[in-house]
Amino acid sequence: MKKAGIIMIIGSLLLMGLFKFPLWNIMLGAPQYPEPLGMDIYIDGIKGVSEFDLQNIDGLNHYIGMKVIPKPEEMWEFSAFPKVIGGMVALGVLIGILGFIGKVSYKWFIGWFILMSILGVLGMYDFNQWLTAYGGDLDPHAIIKVINPDGTPMTYKPPLLGYQKMLNFDVTSLPHTGAYMMFVGMTLTIVAFFVGKKEHKKA
Amino acid sequence: MKSILKIMTLLFSASVLLSSCGNNNGKSSGNNSALNSSNAEKVYVAPGEYDEFYAFMSGGYSGNLTVYGLPSGRMFKEIPVFSQFPTTGYGYSEETKPMLNTSFGMVPWDDSHHPDISQTNGVLDGRWVFINGNNTPRIARISLKTFETEEIIEVPNSAGNHSSSFITENTEYVVAGTRFSVPVPQADLPINEYKGKFKGALSFISVDKETGRMGIKFQILMPGFNYDLSHPGRDKSHGWFFFTTYNTEEANSLLEVNASQNDKDFIAAINWKKIEEYVNNGGGTKMPANYAHNVYDEHTHTATSTMEKEVLTVNPADVPGAIYFLPTPKSPHGCDVTPTGEYIIGNGKLSADLTVHSFSKMLDAIENKKFDGDAYGIPILKYEDILAGVVKSGGLGPLHTEFDDKGNAYTTFFISSEVVKWKIGTWEVIDRKPTYYSVGHLMIPGGNSRKPFGKYVVAMNKITKDRYLPTGPELEHSAQLYDISGEKMELIYDFPTHGEPHYAAGIPADLIKGNSQKIYRLDENKHPYAITSPDQAKVTRNGNEVHISMAMIRSHFTPDNIEGVKVGDKVYFHITNHEQDFDVPHGFAMIGANNSELLIMPGQTKTLTWEPKQVGVWPFYCTDFCSALHQEMQGYVRVSPANSDIELSWSLDGE
Repeated sequence: MKKAGIIMIIGSLLLMGLFKFPLWNIMLGAPQYPEPLGMDIYIDGIKGVSEFDLQNIDGLNHYIGMKVIPKPEEMWEFSAFPKVIGGMVALGVLIGILGFIGKVSYKWFIGWFILMSILGVLGMYDFNQWLTAYGGDLDPHAIIKVINPDGTPMTYKPPLLGYQKMLNFDVTSLPHTGAYMMFVGMTLTIVAFFVGKKEHKKA
Repeated sequence: MKSILKIMTLLFSASVLLSSCGNNNGKSSGNNSALNSSNAEKVYVAPGEYDEFYAFMSGGYSGNLTVYGLPSGRMFKEIPVFSQFPTTGYGYSEETKPMLNTSFGMVPWDDSHHPDISQTNGVLDGRWVFINGNNTPRIARISLKTFETEEIIEVPNSAGNHSSSFITENTEYVVAGTRFSVPVPQADLPINEYKGKFKGALSFISVDKETGRMGIKFQILMPGFNYDLSHPGRDKSHGWFFFTTYNTEEANSLLEVNASQNDKDFIAAINWKKIEEYVNNGGGTKMPANYAHNVYDEHTHTATSTMEKEVLTVNPADVPGAIYFLPTPKSPHGCDVTPTGEYIIGNGKLSADLTVHSFSKMLDAIENKKFDGDAYGIPILKYEDILAGVVKSGGLGPLHTEFDDKGNAYTTFFISSEVVKWKIGTWEVIDRKPTYYSVGHLMIPGGNSRKPFGKYVVAMNKITKDRYLPTGPELEHSAQLYDISGEKMELIYDFPTHGEPHYAAGIPADLIKGNSQKIYRLDENKHPYAITSPDQAKVTRNGNEVHISMAMIRSHFTPDNIEGVKVGDKVYFHITNHEQDFDVPHGFAMIGANNSELLIMPGQTKTLTWEPKQVGVWPFYCTDFCSALHQEMQGYVRVSPANSDIELSWSLDGE
């Protein structure tokens, strides 16, 4: 099960990309912003795509009463996520090594994948909860209050995935390099599972 | 019926053909729709698209520098240089007042003439543009990163700083020559003792390679002629500088007649490398002087003015072999050097012809000591020995010549109002096109370098008359744009220019547009009264001076309610723009302020003073429509009687 073990190790290591590259990216373009403002969401915090983007997004958001973009220390996720990802990388590599030397079954590979998928879905759920809170928890003294046609106050939750028009802004929310590396890595762990299964049958 | 139509069509096409061949009159060329539509395409820069070139045009009597795009002729900015500019507060704000300091005190205006862009190895490098103040002799350096004036140095012993501000091919020096000779040092002399006693100072101002910082390295005290224009040698003639002169008669009155008597004046050829070596070895005489050196620091956002007390002068007789006179007919005006550095062109303004001197022949004549006497000890070379050719132009009043990258030269003729294209080497005239009207300088981007970009020439005219919709007796000047990519020049556009552009300097946009700064960083703001966070806002009193450190961001001032100011106080508003977003300036205007407004860029701090004279509650507001809540961006200062004991207090939203 040497080949499968190596694939498992490589797949798990690809998650390390999340420490270097953003997981998600939200871009906000508008007539006045031909160069869109943008935020890159990392597992340990949010950064502007350009240096002053966060400050400028906050500056615009104050008109509609949105809270400022949270600092890393203001959200538990930004300290928990790196630990979870780090732990999953270590676990994946360990399973890969043990698989390589034949100490564990290939089924562990799919086990890791299922655990990672559950964590991923939980992460996305949590992220969506935050977006909802961020876009909906508005200052009652906001300068500009927009009412929907149905009479409810307009909220400003950015889309979790895809494009949405919000007032004068075109908002696009998409996975970024870190996420793509994670998807490839996770796919490799499934590959490792099937390769491991094949190698097991041969042996 | 059909045949009548045919005939009419034929007649119509014939008229089109005729007007495209023979008719160069701008007024009636409007009939020529086919030609005009292709010209329209050449100058059309679609909405959102960029121009191919920047053109920096001197403002002449506006004292400033304007920035245009070519080929569109659109004006992008007016950069305040030598003149107060109430739009931004330049020359009014406490930070920029020192920029206009001189040995005569504050001189809030000048006459800006000849911009020149910095070069490396004879090629435009796009770091700075230099420009001269003609009236109260000064040279300014403008950053092409911030597009702001960074430095102004006064030139002592000079008067009518006209043969300026031309730079050598590695920006070693920016050179400033005097048009009017004066007593050096200044003295109480009868004016008719001009001859022999007055001197013409030619100043070589060194430019620091990294910072651009200027300093007068040496001044050559030349005979009392008028030094009209100049250009550096380049490539093979690098190390030399050439100045046209007039009034070699040394007349001191009615120069119109008395300075036009000699058939030939001179082009002064100066081997500045030789003189540089002389002064580097301790040569020259230190002379007491008094001139201002003003430097703007982009981190403190503040200018400082220092009075320099000494200048190093060089007497030409002390450096034999460094200076020669090249006889040049008819009071030459422009002095232009071809991109190869071989030919020096004297534009004899009272003549029909251009005189072209050869640099190699000049060196040869010098080596063989073929002199035709001397003037004040400076050898005069023989006209015939150094002459490369004469351009028999057929025009009248040649003023200036620029060059393309295909071996052609383009000369303006003021009197006959035209641009003439001729071939370097054969001296034959290739083409001529009228200008509207009475053209002065012309400009080809890079035309004053080893590497011109010969796609367009801009003609800058002195007389506008009927070119545009009339605006009363006073008109802006007019410029024409010619396509010079083909054998014949084509007039493709005509646009008004602000002030009175004398010369201009053009550069491909790609060389500088990427360096243009978007904001000033707040975290690099070193202004002593800057505040980097609104909670640092404060108001302090020092005698009758009140200092307000204020922040501005969309869409409020911090603080916006200030009390405790009294009649007779001098109030300093030190205002920092806390935006860090491109193109979000805020303005500041105070009712009754006797100076100007302030326009403050993101991250910048500026200071306006206000001396309240009346008791009351007086508003201030943002003048730049910054945001949807711009109209709400305002505040109040309560002014109490001089004897009031109300303490200073300040707040925003009651806090």
